[in-house]
Amino acid sequence: MITREDVEHVALLARLELSEEEKQVYTEQLGKILEYASVLNELDTEDVPPLAHVLPLQNIFRADEVKAHLDPETVLKHAPDREGKHFRVPRLV
Amino acid sequence: MDLCFLPAHELGRLLREKKVSAVELAGAVYSRIDAVESRVKAYLLTLKEEALNQARAVDAALASGEELLPLAGIPLAVKDNICLRGVETTCASKILKGFIPPYDATVIERLKEQRVVFTGKTNMDEFAMGSSTENSGFYPTANPWDLERVPGGSSGGSAAAVAAGEAVLALGSDTGGSIRQPASFCGVVGLKPTYGLVSRYGLVAFASSLDQIGPITRDVRDCALLLNAIAGHDPRDSTSAPQEVPDYTEFLVPDVRGFRIGIPREYVGEGIAPEVRAVLNRVVELLEGMGAEVEETSLPHVRYSLPAYYLIAPAEASSNLARYDGVRYGLRVPAEDVVTMYKRTRSQGFGAEVKRRIMLGTYALSAGYYDAYYLKALKVRTLIRRDFDEAFKRFDLILSPTAPTPAFKIGEKVADPLAMYLSDIFTLAVNLAGVPAISVPGGFAGHLPVGVQFIGPPFAEGQLFRAAYALEQEAGLAAKRPAL
Repeated sequence: MITREDVEHVALLARLELSEEEKQVYTEQLGKILEYASVLNELDTEDVPPLAHVLPLQNIFRADEVKAHLDPETVLKHAPDREGKHFRVPRLV
Repeated sequence: MDLCFLPAHELGRLLREKKVSAVELAGAVYSRIDAVESRVKAYLLTLKEEALNQARAVDAALASGEELLPLAGIPLAVKDNICLRGVETTCASKILKGFIPPYDATVIERLKEQRVVFTGKTNMDEFAMGSSTENSGFYPTANPWDLERVPGGSSGGSAAAVAAGEAVLALGSDTGGSIRQPASFCGVVGLKPTYGLVSRYGLVAFASSLDQIGPITRDVRDCALLLNAIAGHDPRDSTSAPQEVPDYTEFLVPDVRGFRIGIPREYVGEGIAPEVRAVLNRVVELLEGMGAEVEETSLPHVRYSLPAYYLIAPAEASSNLARYDGVRYGLRVPAEDVVTMYKRTRSQGFGAEVKRRIMLGTYALSAGYYDAYYLKALKVRTLIRRDFDEAFKRFDLILSPTAPTPAFKIGEKVADPLAMYLSDIFTLAVNLAGVPAISVPGGFAGHLPVGVQFIGPPFAEGQLFRAAYALEQEAGLAAKRPAL
């Protein structure tokens, strides 16, 4: 069962600010979806390995070489706020 | 001659024979856009001037005797989660409003080599999360066959554009059915390639272990031609499969004699509209008439696809969408401190469905719930994959409806997320298993098109094309178009 407190905690983890109405709706809807998902517990998966990814590829390496890349001005062009070559944000602490 | 409704392979021939110019063709598509776009709303933006310039370059190349590649001069629409350098890419989200990518996706680079003409960026459910295109942060798209109905989603704009003659080809992306379900609803062909066949570099990530870019086209030959152009290994995508890609048009023979086709009983049971069942039965008759062996089979774990998917995809999404924080690009809602800025930016920038999935995914990954939800879902994913591996020991292909119903009414399912999720019930397992599947028109339910889905083993796109092509030739639906 998912509670309103759970929703508030998860919203903080996800960096979302929810209105009172959203908290209400998400508590109800997430509860329903998770209840629906509990059907997975019908299956015994004790000895089943998880499948995170379907391709049998691991550790894709490449040579550590400098290649063409975007110049800082192109990257910074979209910054909502900047100072010189830096992204500017409000105070952190 | 109505150029906008001819397939790319015929238009390519007309271009090479100089019976039509690329500029005439682009002009015809934009006239069509002018005539119907205010009702369909398939696009978020169109690129008329750039497209005409590209078309002029194709005509000049042709005049100078240059050998054109198969898709040169063909108007193609791009789903708005694929980066096209210098053109706004928003994923239909307010949080990316104004974002102009400084690079091309690999698929776009490859299509530029072909000299494709890019018509514009198409509407979609925000961040590809949805099944109706109603979750677009800007406006919904209408189904060209019935303007009161949805085109499906999330690649609804791309499917509607092709169906309405507003583009000849389109790119979509498919995480749980987002190419195939709108293809079914709009009466066009849509392919979800094997995971790893098409580079995801430049595709805005939703659920990285499930996402694939694929073609949405007027017929099966066009689908094979477009896959030829975009498939193949890309060192910039570490999940791209390092293997050779065949010429898929070589599989286009109308012959399915001896093909063993399995129909999972889990996919023809409850929840299917009778008119969809009728189309499936008719398709089975046609395939058997052509000499295929169709038999019932079972994929015992596919009924767990929906709950597994709605834990895995939101979990991956919650992680992928953490990058939208208002720091480097996109929307920023100012605040006194940085955490409040993140929260306000994300709360105002994301729509309801995106927030719902971020919440669900964050919950499923959070301390104390990870094993019970996320890890459990990944284990069930193994069981689903094994079901397909087993089935493909006995069958060449699996056949099912693409969606349980024809296109539904706009607004019908918006208030009930679970009802909306159920419209992907037959497509989700394919993404979880990483196998390829194609939706091809199978018939009509009244005035609405209904697609069927062929599913194949990994990298068996050729087999899918062969079966879909044979069915297309036999079903004789190609001349049908919406009375728009």
